[in-house]
Amino acid sequence: MSRIKMLASAVLATTLTAGVSASALAAAGDTIKVGLMLPFSGIYAQLGEAGRDGLKLALKEQASQLHGSKVEYIELDTEANPARAPELASAMLHKHKADFVIGPVHSGVAMGMSKILRGKDTIMIIPNAGSADATGPLCSPNVFRTSFSSWQPSYPMGKVALEKGYKKVYAISWNYGMGRESLDAFEESFTAGGGEIVEKVLLPFPSTNFQSHISNIAAKKPDAVFTFFAGGGAIEFVKDYDAMGLRGKIPLLGSGFLTEGTLLAQGEAAEGVVTGLHYAEQLDIPKNWEFREAFNTEYGHYPDIYAVQGYDAGQAIASAVNELKGDVSNKAAIISAMEKLTIDSPRGKFTFSKAHNPIQNIYLREVKDGVNVVQGIAAEALEDHARGCKL
Amino acid sequence: MSTELFFVQLINGVQYGLLLFLIASGLSLVFGVMGILNLAHGSMYMVGAYLVWYFVGVTGSFAVSAMISAVIALGLGILIERLLIQRLYNRNHLDQVLLTIGMIFVFNALQSIIWGNDPYGVAVPQALSGSVPFTDNSSYPVYRIFAALICVTIAAALYFVVNKTRLGMLIRAGQSNREMVEALGVNIKTLYTIVFAIGVMLAAISGIIAAPMSSIVPGMGESVLITCFVVVVIGGMGSIKGAFVGALLVGIVSTFATVLMPTMSNMVIYILMILVLLVKPQGLFAK
Repeated sequence: MSRIKMLASAVLATTLTAGVSASALAAAGDTIKVGLMLPFSGIYAQLGEAGRDGLKLALKEQASQLHGSKVEYIELDTEANPARAPELASAMLHKHKADFVIGPVHSGVAMGMSKILRGKDTIMIIPNAGSADATGPLCSPNVFRTSFSSWQPSYPMGKVALEKGYKKVYAISWNYGMGRESLDAFEESFTAGGGEIVEKVLLPFPSTNFQSHISNIAAKKPDAVFTFFAGGGAIEFVKDYDAMGLRGKIPLLGSGFLTEGTLLAQGEAAEGVVTGLHYAEQLDIPKNWEFREAFNTEYGHYPDIYAVQGYDAGQAIASAVNELKGDVSNKAAIISAMEKLTIDSPRGKFTFSKAHNPIQNIYLREVKDGVNVVQGIAAEALEDHARGCKL
Repeated sequence: MSTELFFVQLINGVQYGLLLFLIASGLSLVFGVMGILNLAHGSMYMVGAYLVWYFVGVTGSFAVSAMISAVIALGLGILIERLLIQRLYNRNHLDQVLLTIGMIFVFNALQSIIWGNDPYGVAVPQALSGSVPFTDNSSYPVYRIFAALICVTIAAALYFVVNKTRLGMLIRAGQSNREMVEALGVNIKTLYTIVFAIGVMLAAISGIIAAPMSSIVPGMGESVLITCFVVVVIGGMGSIKGAFVGALLVGIVSTFATVLMPTMSNMVIYILMILVLLVKPQGLFAK
């Protein structure tokens, strides 16, 4: 961790040597500059590190696709602070002249980065931030996303709730982009199918004073509760819900982040929680098992969803560079190569939509014995509508 | 809101208020009674929660872990007072602010280095894991009733010690005139070390008690700090009774606010503070 602190303002450039082939073309042997703009300190540090580790693993595994080019990493710590984003993005673009900029985790930072980088001579790949705007009104030919849009995990849950026979749902989240967009996405499909949102509560972020709302839920007696919370808030909401005796009486549904990286802390309280997400750690496809073992061998622990998203950003770079035989000088060529890619992700294969957001499966998961067990596919090859995007 | 729901929320508010008092009690003692501005009070709350989480992982017993953590916190309090705070008694509050803000950063960095940035949780101890029927479809966890009782006990003990014992008298005397108390032959240096350490321990104990009811995350200390200051300011500096009443008031008002107008609920306790200060500029129970 102390090493990461040292990165706070400094730049660490490491090189990864790729096997230089004798038949290298003109551009081969060049350097591909990959800039990382992720939080390496602060509350999201864990997410930033996971994304970076995934990315580096992909580029190491697929070094042969780079046609002899070397990868040079430039790492800037965003601290998940939106105010610093434009300055750092500008440094990536003008000072470090990065060919690819990978980041960020936090949606607020994504806005700041996008402002500087959209339409410029570099490729921005978002490995987490789910803000609808990034591939909506702010979409751009050179901006891609390997994670999700806030709409994707929640929209299919409305249909799931209807199929389970729930008519009246209580919706609760934090009053910020991801929270609002998640509840709206759920409401969209749920009310379209005849469901009714009995109450929609948006709490100030990051307030965790949930007990009074859970009493309110008990009094309102909805058929189910839909929620988006993440991290510490997710732990507290699920624990409070259980402590007040509602678990098993009023089903709890959510966007998958409710039970992602939090199950150990939630313990038994999370049993039976049903969520939708574009990944599950126990997803039973060969690519996932391969990836999980490779990651564990490299770093000594198993990857989470943030590592998967970083890994796929790395795979996208490697495959696009391969298409162009190692030449990254023409950014328009990279964009058109990336648009045609099918990424063989641990979450299942996906392609990019017109707005450059993944067209991907959303899995229905239920917590059983402390694991998100995949129950099926809640929505197959789901594409974000990219409202406001003119691409 | 039905009458039943009103009473349910009142109970939620009282319970939240009691927990707030427990967190604010150490601050009330150190800031209110001793006059030392300790902004790192929230960090001590965080340290308590992380320590108990760590020791539960090692020993498996919540009770044992709670005791070890409280003792470590007491030692930490003595160390901080002797090494740092002691140098600032004759300085103004601004110097104390600078030092203790610095301590917040140090403790946050230590937390990140030692325990990482993952969110953690502590399971409710087995003996207290039951619940009692509450409304027709919800129940009330025994642990929360236990936590409320601990808060009331500590409140009573603090009130008694500060107001009715010789030690409490010396503390209060030291706050009004340090030199005079020293001249009367009292070792005020040791006295202040003890009181500060107890303040730190109370913050840590509230972190320990809160751990099974909340999540253990980076930055958890800062989120309680401001509310604690609001409690102490509303109650009136130097009054344990004031802190108790202030905590209940803040707990109940913010519980109803969060239900009736969730998006604005964060603002309501500050409005409450402004109203109280308009009517009673020194707080409700200031001496």
